[in-house]
Amino acid sequence: MPGETPYDEMHAPDGSVREHYRTFASWLARTPKDRVAQKRTEADSLFHRVGITFAVYGEEAGTERLIPFDIVPRIIPAPEWQHLAAGLRQRVRALNAFIADIYHDQDILAAGRIPAEQVLCNGQYRPEMQGVDVPGSIYAHIAGIDVVRAGAGEFYVLEDNLRVPSGVSYMLEDRRMMMRLFPELFAQHSIAPVEHYPDLLLENLRSVAPPGVNDPTVVLLTPGAYNSAYFEHAFLAQQMGIELVEGQDLYVEDEFLYMRTTRGPQRVDVIYRRLDDDFMDPLVFRPDSMLGIPGLLAAYRAGRVTIANAIGTGVADDKSIYPYVPDMIRFYLGEEPLLSNVPTYVLRRKEDLDYTLAHLPELVVKEVHGAGGYGMLIGPSSTKEQIEDFRQRILKSPEKYIAQPTLSLSACPTFVEQGVAPRHLDLRPFVLSGAEVTLVPGGLTRVALREGSLVVNSSQGGGTKDTWVLER
Amino acid sequence: MLSRTADHLYWMARYTERAENLARMLEVNYRMSLLPQGPEIVEQGWVATLTIIGLMDAFKQRYGAVTPANAIAFLVFDRDNPMSIYSCVRAARENARAVRGTLTSEIWESVNATWLEIRVAGMRPSSEAEVGNFFEWVKHRSHLIRGVIQGTMLRDEAWHFTWLGTYLERSDSTARILDVKYHLLLPRGEKAGGAADYYQWSALLNSVSAFEVYRRVYRDLITPRRVAELLVLRSDMPRSLHRCVEQLYTHLIAVRNGQSAETERRAGELHASLRFGRIEDIFELGLHEYLVQFMGRTRDLGERVSRDFLVSAAD
Repeated sequence: MPGETPYDEMHAPDGSVREHYRTFASWLARTPKDRVAQKRTEADSLFHRVGITFAVYGEEAGTERLIPFDIVPRIIPAPEWQHLAAGLRQRVRALNAFIADIYHDQDILAAGRIPAEQVLCNGQYRPEMQGVDVPGSIYAHIAGIDVVRAGAGEFYVLEDNLRVPSGVSYMLEDRRMMMRLFPELFAQHSIAPVEHYPDLLLENLRSVAPPGVNDPTVVLLTPGAYNSAYFEHAFLAQQMGIELVEGQDLYVEDEFLYMRTTRGPQRVDVIYRRLDDDFMDPLVFRPDSMLGIPGLLAAYRAGRVTIANAIGTGVADDKSIYPYVPDMIRFYLGEEPLLSNVPTYVLRRKEDLDYTLAHLPELVVKEVHGAGGYGMLIGPSSTKEQIEDFRQRILKSPEKYIAQPTLSLSACPTFVEQGVAPRHLDLRPFVLSGAEVTLVPGGLTRVALREGSLVVNSSQGGGTKDTWVLER
Repeated sequence: MLSRTADHLYWMARYTERAENLARMLEVNYRMSLLPQGPEIVEQGWVATLTIIGLMDAFKQRYGAVTPANAIAFLVFDRDNPMSIYSCVRAARENARAVRGTLTSEIWESVNATWLEIRVAGMRPSSEAEVGNFFEWVKHRSHLIRGVIQGTMLRDEAWHFTWLGTYLERSDSTARILDVKYHLLLPRGEKAGGAADYYQWSALLNSVSAFEVYRRVYRDLITPRRVAELLVLRSDMPRSLHRCVEQLYTHLIAVRNGQSAETERRAGELHASLRFGRIEDIFELGLHEYLVQFMGRTRDLGERVSRDFLVSAAD
């Protein structure tokens, strides 16, 4: 598994520049420092003006912050990408098959490949979805799969995000920004385009409309302007040319869904929702939700509206289910997984728990339901007190945690205060499933800006980079 | 389009227009306070302004004495005054932010940049000289935003609701500007034509960008009656009541729906009264009385537009 020295995306171990970074490296070397500095300032002010900000939870209400943008791109050569893309498509196909199976016949449980109680007693399992057919048997229409490089450079899947994965707007805006700042780089490289993502997404959403609807009306459901990803919701709705709606704009009548317009009610066929299951329908889930639509689930179960992603996808992206994904691929597709999982200790298992407690200082421990880099322990960079504190939390409810070896994530040169220095990164490509499984070449590259940090989440001070997949 | 979206666009436009008109109103006061005159006259001007926009009580509570510095602090940068220019710019931006998916990126960028800039400007106390520049800046930003709307927005419902908001706000505001000045000027200047009067009336005309227009149209002395005629009845004067109501009516017709018939009728009636109205009749009734009536009717139209289109009753 992971070596001690992180894999450097730009430089080979002997210090030479890797083939696919050569053109960029020589451009960087010959471009005057003050021009680069000026462009970086320009990028900041452009992002501010365009309003690409995100709200930070826990800070003063409505606080908006920029996600730092780094101008050194993350470059992926064509063959590597082809392999990665094939692995991602395979993985998402299996995940969709798994969710369909769980909400119908549960063959995989009957076959004993996954312990039934782990699925059925999981808080993310939605009994309301049992036996409900969804168009094309697609549940995770949009999947954000987090991959990292470790060791000698092989890709590992770190996490599957199948509920409301975000970040795709940064992929698009980072590209737009790089083209605006450094058009000459795009002339010198052959970089695969990502700008058509919104078209693909809309096409994908239309392809899963309820049967019999010819010209479906698609809307994007947002929790509202104070959600941390609101910018992205507005951005995507605009790029797709669909209405950005809040729960209060929609209502259900006779199991059909309508939106309130200036010309009266209008039927809605597909909801691309960016709202968690719990808030979708106060009659079924949290009764205190002001963000959802009463009666939506009834309309959904009657097949009158498609919800993307489907209700109940969380059962497949839970960290306690993650260790079983390679098995799902074998079970549903009869294929060997093209991408590896990170070895994972499931602390509900006695032997895994014992091992973890004995090796806490070298492991990463995560909450099964955690997200956004909150509630995790990174052994090697934690103090004794923090480790002890976490030990107590684990002992209290071990089933809430998993542990993984601390991966030495790959690093890429990045502008930091002291100059250019390597920083760790990950990659989130977005896989779309509908009539077909597609993805644009690239994804969101997140970078941990603090030296040595392995946490790339924007809520924890991470930044982003443009991701270039080379066409040759 | 979504009722909520239409509502945000309508208010984005109204607040943008309101910030501009407030700047215009304050600018004319500010200019008048530079004329050689007693401090009580200057104070009277600010009192009239605060009264006409309905904020005199709120102002007294927070600031006490009516001085140009206090009035400007209250009406320009006071974050707790929901009608200050600062608050209007913020409200315009919040409304834009709520529907940025409907706006072209140029519109959003100009509204957002205005907010980002006023936040910086709002930090530092302006010197007397800077106040004038600041009003200019507010007007320029408003011109810019309107120009970008004009130049980049699809001519669909969103467009009509944006202009509905603009013209409703502007008609109300022109009526207020005229009312406050007329009120203030007429009792003193039984006969128009004195030097002080001349400056007062020209400042008023300037505040609605109508000074050169007046010269072109009348080629004569500035008289109260003609000023009123220009700002009430001329349809070719872009900020006149007639022009505003005419535009408002056009945009209203463009978005008509199943329940808006009565609103259309009232807007049409108001339009007709301006189109065929005579300044003699208005003066016979009394300009102030006429303007109060007019503001009541536009307020009614605003409420009706909200009810018919913006807060959808469907269920």
